[in-house]
Amino acid sequence: MSNEAIKQFADREYKYGFKTDIALAKFVKGLSEDTIRIISHHKKEPEFMLEFRLDAYRRWLKMKEPHWPEAEYAPIDYQNVIYYAEPKQATEKPKSLDEVDPELLRTFEKLGISLMEQKKLAGVAVDAIFDSVSVGTTFKGKLKEAGVIFCSFSEAVQEYPELIKKYLGTVVPVTDNFFAALNSAVFTDGSFVFVPKGVRSPMELSSYFRINTEGSGQFERTLIICEDNAYVSYLEGCTAPKFDTNQLHAAVVELVAMDNAEIKYSTVQNWFAGDPKTGKGGIFNFVTKRGKCQGKNSKISWTQVETGSAITWKYPSCLLMGDNSVGEFYSVALTNGKQQADTGTKMIHVGKNTRSTIIAKGISVGHSNNNYRGLVQIGKNADGARNYTQCDSLLVGSHCNANTFPYHDIQNPTAQIEHEASTSKISEDQLFYFLSRGIGQEDAMTSIISGFCKDVFKELPGEFAVEATQLLGLKLEGATG
Amino acid sequence: MLVIKDLHANVAGKEILKGVNLEIHAGEVHAIMGPNGSGKSTLAKVLAGHPLVEITKGSISYEGKDLTAFAPEERALQGIFMAFQYPVEIPGVNNAGFLRMAYNAKRKKHGLSELDPIEFDNVLQAKIKMVEIPEQFLDRAVNHGFSGGEKKRNEILQMAVLEPKLAVLDETDSGLDIDALRSVAEGVNRLKRSDNAMILVTHYQRLLDYIIPDFVHILLGGRIVKSGDKSLALEVEKKGYDWLQ
Repeated sequence: MSNEAIKQFADREYKYGFKTDIALAKFVKGLSEDTIRIISHHKKEPEFMLEFRLDAYRRWLKMKEPHWPEAEYAPIDYQNVIYYAEPKQATEKPKSLDEVDPELLRTFEKLGISLMEQKKLAGVAVDAIFDSVSVGTTFKGKLKEAGVIFCSFSEAVQEYPELIKKYLGTVVPVTDNFFAALNSAVFTDGSFVFVPKGVRSPMELSSYFRINTEGSGQFERTLIICEDNAYVSYLEGCTAPKFDTNQLHAAVVELVAMDNAEIKYSTVQNWFAGDPKTGKGGIFNFVTKRGKCQGKNSKISWTQVETGSAITWKYPSCLLMGDNSVGEFYSVALTNGKQQADTGTKMIHVGKNTRSTIIAKGISVGHSNNNYRGLVQIGKNADGARNYTQCDSLLVGSHCNANTFPYHDIQNPTAQIEHEASTSKISEDQLFYFLSRGIGQEDAMTSIISGFCKDVFKELPGEFAVEATQLLGLKLEGATG
Repeated sequence: MLVIKDLHANVAGKEILKGVNLEIHAGEVHAIMGPNGSGKSTLAKVLAGHPLVEITKGSISYEGKDLTAFAPEERALQGIFMAFQYPVEIPGVNNAGFLRMAYNAKRKKHGLSELDPIEFDNVLQAKIKMVEIPEQFLDRAVNHGFSGGEKKRNEILQMAVLEPKLAVLDETDSGLDIDALRSVAEGVNRLKRSDNAMILVTHYQRLLDYIIPDFVHILLGGRIVKSGDKSLALEVEKKGYDWLQ
């Protein structure tokens, strides 16, 4: 009986798998210095940006693709990736959302993201990115009044080159890793946020990433800077159509928090996971995300709900430089079908009295493989540093796999480190308990899993907590209690 | 309401119930007593439709229908409730939310609209008063970190909310101190009505000091070997089970 429930549960369809038929104005396949020059040219970038890219590319050529994560995949042919795909627009560059191709707007509408003036999510500004290009950003004016800059990365390169020049690559250096170097060479678009001294962003900021074109990669680049005493909460969501081929998503996200600043970065990732039975297709989500708590008393908080992608490989991390700075990582990773996830965080304690919290919840369903990998490093001078880590794995069915790989590197004797880990299965007894109260199998399963994730969901900003539960419910169809 | 005829059932390939006959009518309270391993809990589980219990022979008719044809959740929706001997913990799932899910599942079954949390809270407040359960129970996760006694009381709260026609209480008295036992029993007594029935599965007579049964059945070796009234329970208390073998 419960095996049946598990099977039904594991076999659910990906409902964002539709493709938008939209003409591409430009696209570039294959990787070379020319590719990079073309991207840079299309983006009308200043010279320093092109130099940054070419430098990254030349370094990347000398690097080797790493294979240490717990994931297996066929070699990636980097010459067979579309590095730049720009949807055709009615006008050269839409001045406002009214000029954006209605087909694009409808695509986002279908995804539940309305960019239209009258239907915009109240209190949330959205930047929508379709393949390599930002389609538009809502509430820009209102944010600007408050002093907050929120725009596409491409726009920022042109409008605020000095800020880009100052911060780009300062948290994730070009040579940090193979995929970060690749991203630095060919990144296309993403979001840029700048919150000046003393400003609290008056609304939630949100980016929505959509990969539409078959064979295209999405190399997004996001940079968020909070000056002294500033605050921002940012959420990203991602989906892609169903294709038989794998698509590469190699993003880099950099966060900088100055004195007393706070950045809350939330991700709801639901890229196409590949065919649940054959494992064919799906996104390779190879992402480098890192935040630098540069100032004293600063705080960076990562919350991620990872439900999609054929392979997820990411470790949103915090560099705790400033004294008393705080890093947090709250993660739910759900794998189903043949999905593989190797995800976790790094908390690098440099400053004194720095604190970090890691709560990671892994749920494995079907034949999937779900791994937590995390590093807690306490530097020599990080007196009084503290870390609390809790890793819980939940197995659904008996064909899936969960592992925990905690690494500790402690160089200061005053450090206080706590680590708790658990692995459990959804028990027959738990399921039967729901059934015996008249609650159906699907609702029971969703409820048990949501309950398991509660500590993480409560970290998501207000309305997104509901949205994430619903998004998670793509795989866990049905209401949650 | 319930007619069990020559019921045989296996657990993990081993025959536990070996021909149980039992008839229960609305308004009645039946106690099933017996030593460890006599098949008491298996009998309770078979009524709730537990997947590990396999019926090999016999029939269970509930309100004239073949109960064994219904999945566990359908049985619950038809008015069967089992209070578990060991209620399972469900971390992160809010107790009030869980109760609302169960309550709404039943309303849906009867073609009624589902209640939102605020509407349901009115229902809930009346129920917790009725079975004298502290309001803090509602904000906790289902049975998570509950003491043994609290878990049993939480079962009674669920019973109060779901208003079953046939409630099966599986060793609800086990592991309770005397005060907790009294409070659980009082809750159960308040839920007794002329249109519902209860089966109390118990080891000891003491529960029956608080909930007076109309019938007492002694289950031994997978069969009901003797039936009687409350005095049978007292007799067993005095003499043990050996004389019945």
